[in-house]
Amino acid sequence: MAYSFRLYVAGQTERSLAAEANLRALCESRLPGGYELEVVDAIEQPGLAEEERILATPTVVRRVPLPQRRVIGDLSDHQRAAYALGLPERPGPTRQGDEE
Amino acid sequence: MNGSDILERLATGINGFDQVALGGLTRGRTTLVTGSTGSGKTLFAVEFLARGILRSGEPGLFVTFEETPDDLRRNWASLGFPIRQWESEGKWAFVDASADVEEAPVIGAYDFGALAARIGHAARQIGAARVSVDSLDAVFTRFADPGVIRHELARIAAVLEKAEVTAVITAERADEYDHVSRYGVEEFVLDNVIILRNVLAQERRRRTVEIVKMRGAAHRTGEWLFTIDPRDGLVVIPLAFLVPPFARASQVRVSCGNDELDQMCRGGFFKDAIILLTGPSGAGKTLTSLKFVAAGLAAGERCLAFTFDESREQVRRNSAGWGIDLDSSEESGLLRIVCDYPEVASLEDHFIRIRRAIEEHKPDRLVIDTLSALERIVSPRALLDFVIALGSLVRQHSITTLLTSAPAGRFTPQLTPSIAGELASLTDVTITLRYFEHAGEIRRAIAVMQTRGSGHDPSIRQVTIDADGMHIAEPVTGPAGIFSGATSPLTLPGAADPSAPENPQPDG
Repeated sequence: MAYSFRLYVAGQTERSLAAEANLRALCESRLPGGYELEVVDAIEQPGLAEEERILATPTVVRRVPLPQRRVIGDLSDHQRAAYALGLPERPGPTRQGDEE
Repeated sequence: MNGSDILERLATGINGFDQVALGGLTRGRTTLVTGSTGSGKTLFAVEFLARGILRSGEPGLFVTFEETPDDLRRNWASLGFPIRQWESEGKWAFVDASADVEEAPVIGAYDFGALAARIGHAARQIGAARVSVDSLDAVFTRFADPGVIRHELARIAAVLEKAEVTAVITAERADEYDHVSRYGVEEFVLDNVIILRNVLAQERRRRTVEIVKMRGAAHRTGEWLFTIDPRDGLVVIPLAFLVPPFARASQVRVSCGNDELDQMCRGGFFKDAIILLTGPSGAGKTLTSLKFVAAGLAAGERCLAFTFDESREQVRRNSAGWGIDLDSSEESGLLRIVCDYPEVASLEDHFIRIRRAIEEHKPDRLVIDTLSALERIVSPRALLDFVIALGSLVRQHSITTLLTSAPAGRFTPQLTPSIAGELASLTDVTITLRYFEHAGEIRRAIAVMQTRGSGHDPSIRQVTIDADGMHIAEPVTGPAGIFSGATSPLTLPGAADPSAPENPQPDG
């Protein structure tokens, strides 16, 4: 797979579900068939969260391709999320400097 | 909490803090420790865990947002906290929430669910009894909304409560006497709030600890002085040194070094007495304390003298002038003299030094000459705390202790009414030296104002000083009011005390 993501959430909250839905929608439109997504619940697997030093949830980690990238939040702004995760194309002006 | 109505306490083990808290923090609850930069928050958090391990082997979890675990391991090794070793023994664990994670861009809403899960997990893993979180600010600065802060803090508090740990969370505050915490919500989420202060007063750094609230549990109120000692860590004064009063043990009398004064006290001082000698400059205080030391040395007693007004050379010259050979006693190890200017350290640090010297030298007699010099650097209340702590310390060791004090001005001594009475009540024996006018001359007089547990000569006696030392003569019959101030503005008996911020002259 060209792209591999791990999404950390904390419990089945609205926020967790929104993050997952947003990420899936984004991947489907930009990386159809070319990605894998693993969802980790930090409450069930705190050891993994500790290992990757995850503080906030949701946090998505782009594990492949390297270098890793991380984005915190429910990814409600698809445009910015795609940019921050380094997803390919989808035209429209790529806005810079709006992280945070 | 368990069904009991009474909140169980967890003694922190931090020097003197548990006395302020009347037993310790409430077990199973979370306490907010706030303070400005450099107020000792991180030390409190670290010591809270370390004392638990050292005292009772209670495992501790440290959640760090600011310093890295490596920095913490290194920084606190000097206090004798082998964090790395404790980690390998499963007594200490870190949740490392420092740095780098914040680098990630934030898109949309989020919370600290993962952090809470990690804390809960790590606490269970080592069976933590204590948890420290240092400090909230590093993560919370990103939130603008107090509602979010309150919510996330409550989330962390809930995890800690569920883990049944006793926890300390530190947070920064901007001003020393303003809001409890920066965001103004932390104190409403947590049951207990402690403030550490670090203020400049009279150009002196002054550290205090105050328990602002401890829900459902009694505690002492007000600000308590503490110091940060390179060896003992955080030390709250005077409470760290208070021991329950015990019945006077000693009926043994020791000589004060002056036969007539011994007689006035009905045979000398009790061995465990604390004596306060007050008098203006030049009245004979230093002479009396030197004789007191000499008498101890002659009896083979170990002596420790702190002098805050004179250099070592001056002390040596004075004593040689009275035929007292201090050098040989110092060489033999029987005597130790420490000369310090009050200004070289804070009063709390002076106290720690005195305590250390007492532990090392194990004296039978102690002299502090003079308290008034120390008052130059602190408030009356702080000086009182100092004397309380010192009193408790010397009583534990049955050390005959002579404290001297000079009111300001030779003829118009000004009182420090706020502590004058208390100071006299802390000591067992109060002796006052005074000048008075008689037939166109300045003369000296002495009186024993109180001797606890013993009678004494109530008369005011004239004093002369010559090459042999001090001689106490017949009672003064002349003018009335030498001590009561009825005819001249002199200090009241019993209220004799140090005073005078303005330069007491070295006497001798």
